[in-house]
Amino acid sequence: MALATHPSAPPAPAGEAIDLLRFITCGSVDDGKSTLIGRLLHDTHALPDDQLATLVADSRRFGTQGDAPDYALLVDGLSAERQQGITIDVAYRYFATPRRRFIVADTPGHEQYTRNMVTGASTAELAVILVDARKGLLTQTRRHSFLVSLLGIRQVVLAVNKMDLVGWSRAVFEAIERDYRVFAARLGIDAVAAIPLSALHGDNLLGPSTHTPWYVGPSLLQQLERAPTLAPDGGPLRMPVQWVNRPDAAFRGFSGRILGGRVRPGDAVRVLPSGRQSQVARIVTFDGDLDQAQAGQSVTLTLTDEIDISRGDVICAAADPAALADQFETSLVWMSDEPMLPGRPYLVKLGATTLGAAFGQPKYAIDVNTLEHLAARTFELNQTGVVNLTLDHAVPFDAYADNRDMGSFIVIDRYSNQTVGAGLLHFALRRSQNIHWQALEVDKHARIRQNGHKPCVLWLTGLSGSGKSTLANAVERQLHALGARTYLLDGDNVRHGLSKDLGFTDADRVENIRRIGEVARLMVDAGLIVLTAFISPFHAERRLARSMVEDGEFIEIFVDAPLEVVEARDPKGLYAKARRGELANFTGIDSPYEAPAAPEIHIRTAQTPIEDAATRIVEFLIARGVLKPPL
Amino acid sequence: MPLTHLDRLEAESIDILREAVAEAERPVMLYSIGKDSAVLLHLAKKAFFPSRLPFPLLHVDTTWKFRAMYALRAQVAAEDGIELIVHVNPEARRLGINPFEHGSSLHTDLWKTQGLKQALDEHRFDLAFGGARRDEEKSRAKERVFSFRSAQHRWDPRNQRPELWRLYNARHRPGEEIRVFPLSNWTELEVWQYIEREAITVVPLYFAAERPVVEREGQLIMVDDERFPLREGETPTLRRVRFRTLGCYPLTGAIESTADSVAAIIQEMRTAPTSERSGRIIDHDGSASMERKKAEGYF
Repeated sequence: MALATHPSAPPAPAGEAIDLLRFITCGSVDDGKSTLIGRLLHDTHALPDDQLATLVADSRRFGTQGDAPDYALLVDGLSAERQQGITIDVAYRYFATPRRRFIVADTPGHEQYTRNMVTGASTAELAVILVDARKGLLTQTRRHSFLVSLLGIRQVVLAVNKMDLVGWSRAVFEAIERDYRVFAARLGIDAVAAIPLSALHGDNLLGPSTHTPWYVGPSLLQQLERAPTLAPDGGPLRMPVQWVNRPDAAFRGFSGRILGGRVRPGDAVRVLPSGRQSQVARIVTFDGDLDQAQAGQSVTLTLTDEIDISRGDVICAAADPAALADQFETSLVWMSDEPMLPGRPYLVKLGATTLGAAFGQPKYAIDVNTLEHLAARTFELNQTGVVNLTLDHAVPFDAYADNRDMGSFIVIDRYSNQTVGAGLLHFALRRSQNIHWQALEVDKHARIRQNGHKPCVLWLTGLSGSGKSTLANAVERQLHALGARTYLLDGDNVRHGLSKDLGFTDADRVENIRRIGEVARLMVDAGLIVLTAFISPFHAERRLARSMVEDGEFIEIFVDAPLEVVEARDPKGLYAKARRGELANFTGIDSPYEAPAAPEIHIRTAQTPIEDAATRIVEFLIARGVLKPPL
Repeated sequence: MPLTHLDRLEAESIDILREAVAEAERPVMLYSIGKDSAVLLHLAKKAFFPSRLPFPLLHVDTTWKFRAMYALRAQVAAEDGIELIVHVNPEARRLGINPFEHGSSLHTDLWKTQGLKQALDEHRFDLAFGGARRDEEKSRAKERVFSFRSAQHRWDPRNQRPELWRLYNARHRPGEEIRVFPLSNWTELEVWQYIEREAITVVPLYFAAERPVVEREGQLIMVDDERFPLREGETPTLRRVRFRTLGCYPLTGAIESTADSVAAIIQEMRTAPTSERSGRIIDHDGSASMERKKAEGYF
């Protein structure tokens, strides 16, 4: 077939008053998804002539269709993908008809790239799910449908492709459609349109096909043109403040995108989390003040009262404000090679706020193929399930089911800054509203006065055998002699009591450190100088322990000895055991040690006598003002 | 009143601009003088109104732009509230790098790619806005709105952060940088529709006029100043041409056209579709050449 030149003027795309539909395409590697999209772009004239010329050349070189154009090459963009013949990342495509403008999220179907599908689905209003007519519903079809429903998409087009290879059999098509409707109903997908297709030959793609006289429904493009778009302006007013707009002392505006409802000057609003009430004075834009704005618009509001509002606060309808909570049940999709660890400190971004967060033990993971609930202690890459989330302060939110933008969050690793997960808020946990820190009359300051020194945590970290316990003992002796009130938490002692139910997996190590951090926090509140001597191999947990006490109260001491040295010392014979394979997850051998990047104190035990090292630490405390110098 | 698709694109771009500025320490906007830069600058003025732009503009100059581009740059720089930084790679200037003697690859690498890295390092910018769109070129289709670059300004297509909903992750360590593309979801047609709707000033070279050109390797190259070395037997002829994109004048092909207004350009795009980058000689350096340039730090 010769490549189409454009015999007549293409349909005028993108007139002024057309609307926009965002959809996602999902399918298995061989379902012909790239061909389908390439063909849609080609047939709606979204492709310029020179790209078509490139396609002809590329088809001969890389194509799988002989001399015919391989439409899949139009969308398989990166050279890494072409070599492997798979789509490895989500790509966005654009085309238009006279009625509607489309943004397509083209997502890979390959198993290990589920995170890309979730990414594409997060902004989509509709999903096109491809099925190979010869194969029917596959495990992947179920997985994609589940993820689509999880992300709140309620409209699916089931594209039964490669109908030419089953002789345009109506029975085959109807059997697949029937199976799928049963499955989709379980997921709450209520709008399913099934269409028999051949993407390669263009049947039922733009118009009706002569091969399927038994099919009277719309073509794929007609279905995409008639599908309802989301109406985001329903619901009460929500506008997270992205940026406080202060050109001069006289003007104080709050800039953000309206994520729900509509607003007019004079409307009563409540600002969360403060709960302060006011009225909208003006809706300010570059093009002049507006008398109304609605969801989807980016505006700047001014209020009639001078109230303190900062980035991340949410301006809500006074009569129907968002809820406020710091603990939630959530659905979580994990997107990192490093598993989610309960208790590990992460960052969560939601709305225009980024804050500290930790997850509890998963309630369950979901087998995305069978929808069964499975017991889980962590979430691995591409796993999803339900887990409670605790934030370090309360934030305004709506359930994801009510407002996608007010109920979604991403999880960011504190160390790598990677986006490692994405989640949906279900509801606030009751207990989050009920627990308040008990304010006590004899407080830390009273105890500091009585003790004559400030409390702190001396957190010793280092490999097993580096000398942490020995050094901690020496420091405690010196402090005691100076009249300080101290307590030493030692690895082995804690393991026999507080943490005796824990093993040495990464998840258990995190929980162990969390417990120690909590105990240290209470002891600091009691006014003590707390010494801890634990391997504590991960940055993230040490940061968590640091975050539990006030600024300046956490002193990280890197007890640094090279692996060769500690392995040679091997006071407890543990390295030898680990090398023989009798001890799993041993730090330095088959479990990593992340050395502190900027410890307050760095002691190289191979070069420093223990008493000198201890003296250095005590001098540091005096310099810091924790202790008074000895008279 | 439902929002038109231009309204939605505008609102999304403003949302991206504000979010990036709120999360960055030292943002900057890359300004290339072309139509996408003009739209981006217009959107930025809208995003922060009535405040002034909370960042400077940066033009990485090659000294080989069209004269009409320098004229518009001067006009923009004179506007109230605009701070324009012009960076010229001193090394490229010292070596006298030019597209005629050194070829388009070396020319682009030294003036643009290396020049941009120098400017970002010198001013310690941690976030840079660019006007790239996903519909421009195949390797751009997978570009994130917030694109992470290493401390060496490198782009690793396999190590980009997933972007969900409208939650952009701009976190980075000192020395690392985020490039942000607020026009990601726009197409060329919509850029022109928006220029028409908002009456945005663009370089006159986009509009058809009689211009002196020579034909080389199938491209119409405009003889914009006396530095253009004519080959033997080559005489510039006046032809009615315009430009789809604007770069260095010796590397930018014109198209024959009679479209002398924004409306005519939009009409032309509907009837004679070729891609805007077809006139960019640097894109033809080899298969997947844009992907490679991006990995090296090109915008």
